[in-house]
Amino acid sequence: MFEAVLLTVITAATPLLIAAVGELVVERSGVLNLGVEGMMIMGAVVGFAVANQTGSGALGVVAAIAAGMAMSVLFGFLVLSLVANQVATGLALTILGVGFSGLIGEAFIGVPGLKIPSLYIPGLSDIPFIGPVFFQQDAIVYLGFALVAGVAYTLFRTRIGLVLRAVGDNHASAHALGYSVIKVRFMAVLFGGACAGLAGAYMSLAYTPQWVENMTAGRGWIALALVVFSSWLPLRVVAGAYLFGAVSVLNLHAQAHEMLNIPSQLLSSLPYLATILVLVLISANRRLTLVNTPACLGKPFVPDR
Amino acid sequence: MVQQTRSGMDVLLDARGLTKRFGDILANDKVDLVINKGEIHALLGENGAGKSTLVKMFYGSLEPDGGEILWQGQKVSIGNPAAARELGIGMVFQHFSLFEALTVVENIALALPNPGKMTELATRIESVSVDYGLPLNPTDIVADLPVGIRQRIEIVRCLLQEPQLIIMDEPTSVLTPQEADLLFLTLQRLASEGCAVLYISHRLEEVQRICHHATILRHGKVVSECNPANETPATLASMMVGADVASVSAGAQKPQVGEIRLELSNLSAKAATPFATALNSISLGLHAGEVVAIAGVAGNGQGELFDAISGEMPVSQEMVRIDGKSCGSRSITWRRRQKAAFVPEERLGHGAVPGLKLSQNIVLTRHATGDKLTGSGFVSTARANALEKHIKQEFDVRMSHDDPEARSLSGGNLQKFVVGRELDRQPGVLVVNQPTWGVDAGAAALIRQALIDLARSGSAVLVISQDLDEIFEIADRIAVISRGYLSAAEPAADMNRERVGLLMAGGAEAQGEVA
Repeated sequence: MFEAVLLTVITAATPLLIAAVGELVVERSGVLNLGVEGMMIMGAVVGFAVANQTGSGALGVVAAIAAGMAMSVLFGFLVLSLVANQVATGLALTILGVGFSGLIGEAFIGVPGLKIPSLYIPGLSDIPFIGPVFFQQDAIVYLGFALVAGVAYTLFRTRIGLVLRAVGDNHASAHALGYSVIKVRFMAVLFGGACAGLAGAYMSLAYTPQWVENMTAGRGWIALALVVFSSWLPLRVVAGAYLFGAVSVLNLHAQAHEMLNIPSQLLSSLPYLATILVLVLISANRRLTLVNTPACLGKPFVPDR
Repeated sequence: MVQQTRSGMDVLLDARGLTKRFGDILANDKVDLVINKGEIHALLGENGAGKSTLVKMFYGSLEPDGGEILWQGQKVSIGNPAAARELGIGMVFQHFSLFEALTVVENIALALPNPGKMTELATRIESVSVDYGLPLNPTDIVADLPVGIRQRIEIVRCLLQEPQLIIMDEPTSVLTPQEADLLFLTLQRLASEGCAVLYISHRLEEVQRICHHATILRHGKVVSECNPANETPATLASMMVGADVASVSAGAQKPQVGEIRLELSNLSAKAATPFATALNSISLGLHAGEVVAIAGVAGNGQGELFDAISGEMPVSQEMVRIDGKSCGSRSITWRRRQKAAFVPEERLGHGAVPGLKLSQNIVLTRHATGDKLTGSGFVSTARANALEKHIKQEFDVRMSHDDPEARSLSGGNLQKFVVGRELDRQPGVLVVNQPTWGVDAGAAALIRQALIDLARSGSAVLVISQDLDEIFEIADRIAVISRGYLSAAEPAADMNRERVGLLMAGGAEAQGEVA
């Protein structure tokens, strides 16, 4: 039973984790992309469709990443090249994604899906309890952890990461020193799109291997909230995603077993309440939050040339 | 005017006929400038004379529309700041180009083409900074550092690039006199090592003291060149302005000191954010008829003190009194009704709403103070327009068309407007933060004279300023703020620059802690 719960927690947390870590990079560069939900759902539908047509899960994942990036190119062009309002553009991107995915997915409703296989590591996967939980997951779960580790290392240990943080902290200074603010931000937005697309693919190819309209069900928004809640620190995103995943899974089990006499509405709101509570506790350390908050978040930049 | 030729020396940079146009405005018109090796070269001019535009072309942040730059005799095109650094041109910016959330070593690494390992760079920073008498701790986060130290970072960052020419844009505007002295020693040492310095400053005494040569710009053109040692600040100023600058007279009339109009008693406030300054039991009595100035290096609590007096930051009721009425937790409008007026430091965005017309900006601060600008919920556009015209004439606010949006005015003109808007009310208590920040010499004299005249007519005027020249020009009494402590206000005649400098550098703090 505990093993099963832990497994569902991992699957519930993975899409949040991947989408959030992508958005974290975007926001660290100073761009606020509220279109995560839209990019994610486009990844889900395109991934499902391609996997279904070609019979290859891997191709589906690649196509989903490409779809997420295509959406982010649109976003980047609007907010970085044309300096459109980031909030409005992000909202529009989500509306576009949800609607367009419904159109593409029309033909795939009820079609049996394709599940990406779990990896089997000889030896490790056979260890009781630890094996199934940690070493029998599909590749995307591991990729998610690799992404977090990679992003954390890149942000705080490499020059690219330093430039990215610098651009998000003070774009005017970065420009004055000769860095191309727009280029750095475009790269970050593309990375965010790829992550959202991958998270979407996980939804339709691993979490529930089928296409249901609006199947991301607000996970893009939760990913956005997680980024803030983690004070823009990658390792905290893991904590947040797993906390949210765990509480939502517990809530499902509680409802299934009609545990206690708590109204189901209250149980359903538990993940959100728990996340808000932790958010409040964490922001008690205002210094850490302020130092890590990208000071130029959401501010448009036009070079003075 | 005799164009002084200085050929035969070791020419480092030779700009010929540099031209830059922004829309209709010719920011630089065929500017010629020669900088020799080992020379401290002053670039002088009023606001908008084109100094910043010119140096931005040297540093590669702007591309010239015409003319050429010769670097050590070779024609070069400087496409971006990285190219400038490659040539050996470094720049210390006026508005710091630092990243507050990053550490000292990260900030410096960002400006170097090959910073190498962070730990090695940190060691290099330590040794170079100590060597030049500008010690730095590489792991400090910039947000925690005072402005003086921030400027050190900029300078050390520049030195690590081993430049042959350092461009400095108003470096001393944020320093105490002692810190400025230290900077001059560094500059003189650099010059003796053969490095050239292009020095932009408004402070003419400074230019006279350390610069070997000066080029003066007016309206984008070079109007003269001179050796500052042979000039006086007055002659330099008239070259910049193109006319004699009126001098401000405070001493002509001894202040008739009356009753206390603004009183701060044990004013304390916690820092609202990690980057703000706490106020520590500040006490000050401001009498009718006098101008009291608060000196201090930026970021020592001036903004917080202003907010507490104006009512933007509520404090305990008894801490602030206007004309005997306690009002520490009253609203700004309530205080304005008591004939108090406030001019904040940041004129665009704080002092005026950028997207609103000037007449609408007038309504914002004066709707409740007896000008009948509003009535039964309606705004009287006619009265607001009339006031706008009046202020425009009285304070010589220049604009391209009638009643423009605040953002379309140049900095100096907008400053004249926001100060004029409050002065025009004849307030009983006026608190003004940085009255002449970025305003040219002529307009600054106008504003300063108006502040003195207001005080002499029986009002109490509190001026918060970082400009010591200004303070000594207009203040009857001077207090110094340092890390949220205020020294006792003493008669200006008993103060001198050295004393003010010591108080700025922490003396005020010591005094406050004893008291």
